[in-house]
Amino acid sequence: MKKAQLTIGVTGLNAVDNPGSGIPVIRALKEAKSFDVRIIGFSYGTLEPGIYMHSIIDKSYQLPYPSVGIDTLLKRIEYIHSIENLDVIIPNFDAELYSFIKISPKLKALGIHTFLPTIEQFEKRQKVNLNDFGKKYNIPVPMSKVIFTLSESHEAMRDFDWPVLIKGKYYDAGIAYNFDQIGLYFNKISAKWGLPIIIQEFVHGTEFNVAGLGDGKGNTIAAVPMRKQYITDKGKAWGGISITDEALLELTREFVAKTQWRGSFELELMKNKNREFSLLEINPRIPAWIYLAVGVGQNIPEALVNLALGKNIEPYKSYLAGKMFVRYSWDMIVDLKEFERISTLGEL
Amino acid sequence: MKLKSDVAVSDSGFVFLPTTGESFSVNPIGSEVLQLLKEGKSIQEISNQILDKFDTEPLIIDKDLSDFMEILNHYSLLE
Repeated sequence: MKKAQLTIGVTGLNAVDNPGSGIPVIRALKEAKSFDVRIIGFSYGTLEPGIYMHSIIDKSYQLPYPSVGIDTLLKRIEYIHSIENLDVIIPNFDAELYSFIKISPKLKALGIHTFLPTIEQFEKRQKVNLNDFGKKYNIPVPMSKVIFTLSESHEAMRDFDWPVLIKGKYYDAGIAYNFDQIGLYFNKISAKWGLPIIIQEFVHGTEFNVAGLGDGKGNTIAAVPMRKQYITDKGKAWGGISITDEALLELTREFVAKTQWRGSFELELMKNKNREFSLLEINPRIPAWIYLAVGVGQNIPEALVNLALGKNIEPYKSYLAGKMFVRYSWDMIVDLKEFERISTLGEL
Repeated sequence: MKLKSDVAVSDSGFVFLPTTGESFSVNPIGSEVLQLLKEGKSIQEISNQILDKFDTEPLIIDKDLSDFMEILNHYSLLE
């Protein structure tokens, strides 16, 4: 039977030291068994490496930054759609998700499918709401407090032991051992990602992540747990290994069932010396290490596309444990004319 | 004490625990002990088997074996 030919727009082409997941998502889509793809890359900056990776991206377009507003984003996508006839869009940045969730009904009216969490799910799992989230769904999370000014940190710190994690709303975090360091991270992170800043209990232990997909009806379609083996100074996994921890998988299934999670997600968890897990973060999108899940037998981006298109799909039931991913960087030689085109025309 | 059933031990002495992703390296005698544990042998049987191969005192083997079992337990490799 002839496979369907889909045109899929993908963001997160920044395959840099804090990589977006666009490139591994595209790799996964290219390996999909249920469809063939034409890939349209969506970028925000002109130096996102994916723009220049013509072997896997057929055409790239720049998108307006989320801060510009959703009307501008919708207009830009309408323009791109008029040329490319998009079937599906997979947004991969936390900061753009709110806009894409908001415009998803309008995208659907245009014939562009997405498979994203609901606004309610998106908001509830925000780092600033993680305490309430843990209480509501009875999932262990580290204690955290939200502050809007540096002076609030003294009051907030009465409930914490040192050190603490200082986290941005969307990205970035630092470990603070005293008030000076809280000030340092507060200023650094808030300048880049805005307010509020989150003070979170520092949990000692080993970090584990789970990449998964929920169908929005409480079913876990896919889940692959990974232990980070090599972590960069930005806390990003540069190497990891698939594992079989049943407690992790159970926690994941519980998370999906209780929240009726719709779409892809990444759970970041810490296992303490008593072998208990705490849920540190819920990222409402595909993680950058997703190709490990594909490599061990669960093509999560492919399943997400099929769910977006309204297809009934069977949950993945197994994967290979003990497979590693080892990330590497790669220098491309790019003609200035290409940089000129994306910089001036916003397309390449 | 039994070795967890999912612990993978290669001929070269590379040990992998798939539930946690941890890996370890053991020397040839450690590897042999792990293989014997995998076969379901008791500590006494393992001790006797090693004693047959080496010119040493039973007390020394029992002490080393006990230390090794402690290490395995510490790293959650035992049931």
